[in-house]
Amino acid sequence: MMPTRTTHDHVVLAHGGGGELMGRLIREHILPRIGNPWLAVLTDGAVVPWGGGEVVFTTDSYVVTPLEFPGGDIGRLAVAGTVNDLAVMGAEPVALSLGLILEEGLPLAVLDRVLDSLAATAREAGVAIATGDTKVIERRTAGGDTAAQMFINTAGVGRRRPGLNLDVARIAPGDAVLVTGPLAEHGLAIMSVRAGLEFESTLRSDVAPLGGLLGAVFATGADVRFVRDATRGGAAGVLADIVAGCGHSVEIDERAIPLSPTGRHAAEMLGLDPLAVANEGKCVLVTAAADAERVLAACRGHPLGRGAAVIGRVTASQPPLVELLTRAGGRRIVQRPYGEDLPRIC
Amino acid sequence: MSRSIDELRAELTAACRAVGRPVQIMEVCGTHTVSIFRNGLRPLLPENLRLVSGPGCPVCVTAQRHIDAALELAARPGVLIATYGDMMRVPGRRGSLERQRAAGAQVRVVNSARSAFELARDNPAQQIVFLGVGFETTAPATVATVLAAERVGLDNFTVLMCHKLVVPAMAALLDAGDVPLDGFLAPGHVSVIIGAAAYRPIAERYRRPVVVAGFEPDSILRGLVALVRQIAGGRAAVENAYSAVVRDEGNRVALDLLERVCVVADAPWRALGVIPRSGLELGPAYRRFDALERFDVHLGEDEDHPACRCGEVITGRVLPADCAAFGRACTPLTPIGPCMVSSEGTCAAWYKYGQVLAERGA
Repeated sequence: MMPTRTTHDHVVLAHGGGGELMGRLIREHILPRIGNPWLAVLTDGAVVPWGGGEVVFTTDSYVVTPLEFPGGDIGRLAVAGTVNDLAVMGAEPVALSLGLILEEGLPLAVLDRVLDSLAATAREAGVAIATGDTKVIERRTAGGDTAAQMFINTAGVGRRRPGLNLDVARIAPGDAVLVTGPLAEHGLAIMSVRAGLEFESTLRSDVAPLGGLLGAVFATGADVRFVRDATRGGAAGVLADIVAGCGHSVEIDERAIPLSPTGRHAAEMLGLDPLAVANEGKCVLVTAAADAERVLAACRGHPLGRGAAVIGRVTASQPPLVELLTRAGGRRIVQRPYGEDLPRIC
Repeated sequence: MSRSIDELRAELTAACRAVGRPVQIMEVCGTHTVSIFRNGLRPLLPENLRLVSGPGCPVCVTAQRHIDAALELAARPGVLIATYGDMMRVPGRRGSLERQRAAGAQVRVVNSARSAFELARDNPAQQIVFLGVGFETTAPATVATVLAAERVGLDNFTVLMCHKLVVPAMAALLDAGDVPLDGFLAPGHVSVIIGAAAYRPIAERYRRPVVVAGFEPDSILRGLVALVRQIAGGRAAVENAYSAVVRDEGNRVALDLLERVCVVADAPWRALGVIPRSGLELGPAYRRFDALERFDVHLGEDEDHPACRCGEVITGRVLPADCAAFGRACTPLTPIGPCMVSSEGTCAAWYKYGQVLAERGA
């Protein structure tokens, strides 16, 4: 019997994990059917010419459980996530739509708390909730052992700042690679709650709208080549996108990667690589080396960027790979995460 | 002040030189394998020191017949399988739990045996089957939930017992005798439970040194230095390089729990066959919590994919790159064998951290 290549007949959870499997779902099933030049670039949003300028248009759906977690909730996430997709495209967020899908049985008190948080985050981000829709669906979690769920979709539009030239193809050897703060906190906070671990008092999701932080970075006039929020797939996923997009390698230094002590500890306990864990308030930035200090200072001058650090640089090494210089002085490859990261057994 | 990485490397090089021939050491545990890769240690080791991975990844050693039994149970109406996440993608003869869940079966990822117990307690109308997988590290937690289920009279909680013992597998490898092994790097977390003294038969009967080490890079290097120095000196002793955490006698409470509830039994290992007295089953007083018994499921035979060499990989006979399927037909996206599935699997670690670098000649 020849080895047969196993393919999927059904969608599995890992298809949504932001890893290689999700990439294949998009490339092999979605783009061939509804592809067009706007979609084909697979950026966080579409750039649409509008009245002499440009607007950025994006959408995202939020299905996180638990609905409320240390440091945030699905409402804050639904605003911050979409605002961040606009902000990393160089846009100033203007307005969001809000689609609510509620499962029967959801306590109205939970709904109220989520909506209050959503509204507060929209005020913080300076963005209006301009239109909305609400649907209720039958309870579908069998056995009733989990709380009723709600899902949120938000779409957003923003005005693109003039004078920016964000293009992954402009990344060149020598450029500096930065992150805007300690990594992995959102994913670790969520997984710790699910795992019933006792980090909750200190481990909090970093979910936050980054329009202000990135506005401060862009205002320096630095030559920023590329920005991406490191959500599903973590920083490793963004770095993989960078090397695939620009054709150069990235070398990062493990000692320079900002992690909170609790985050480091939680990642160790759960057996997860912090680089591959989701963030909801952190970006990876690539900038011309000469401007790295300026960008770093702008980040650190903003409350959401105090922990920013230069973690590595772009190199001419071929083939294009992400290489990590480890704390122990070794080197290894950082690959795009496979998909849903599974906490290990022991 | 502890020794720096550079100092430890120099000590390791000197010790290897003193041996005067190539040395082959097995890191028994998947957590060590992953840490070695994650920290990029392999390129830092002396050339004549070869590390091979052992049968210490719980997912990798779980027999296919146990996966098949889990799939069969998942297909029964009213049954919900509760499992550690690593097990979701392990291929059985017909699919995996991940695929079965996508096709409608009730499969829930839990992070502890306790969560599986709580699922059963909170859902009396549903039969919860927990996949009891792992070595002595996770077995006490499984056993504790069985006792809890007995205490509160839960009749909808069972365990599919796949728990394995570390030392009998090491002995079986040495009995097979076809892999030259000069010593063992023993895992810190299992040793917390079983104690460093549990490895004495390996040192005394088989004349191989065993060093218990933690998982940080310096701890691993310290363990390797201790091993190679023993080999150079012709000694074979059990050494505990992780004494801050591991005691000689282990965790008495956990061991008593295992003794009270379980019996040691012959157990099937993926690709290794049945190893005598290498697994844990529920003892006679607790058989009613055994999923195979309650649902009258019979374990079949393993029928491993002919292209898969996982069995040789986890016994140190071949490196992942020696397998024709590795990185071609078998990838984390399309795993053929369990070693490519588990985050602690040898092939997954080679694929994730090593393969491309090796191809590049670095």
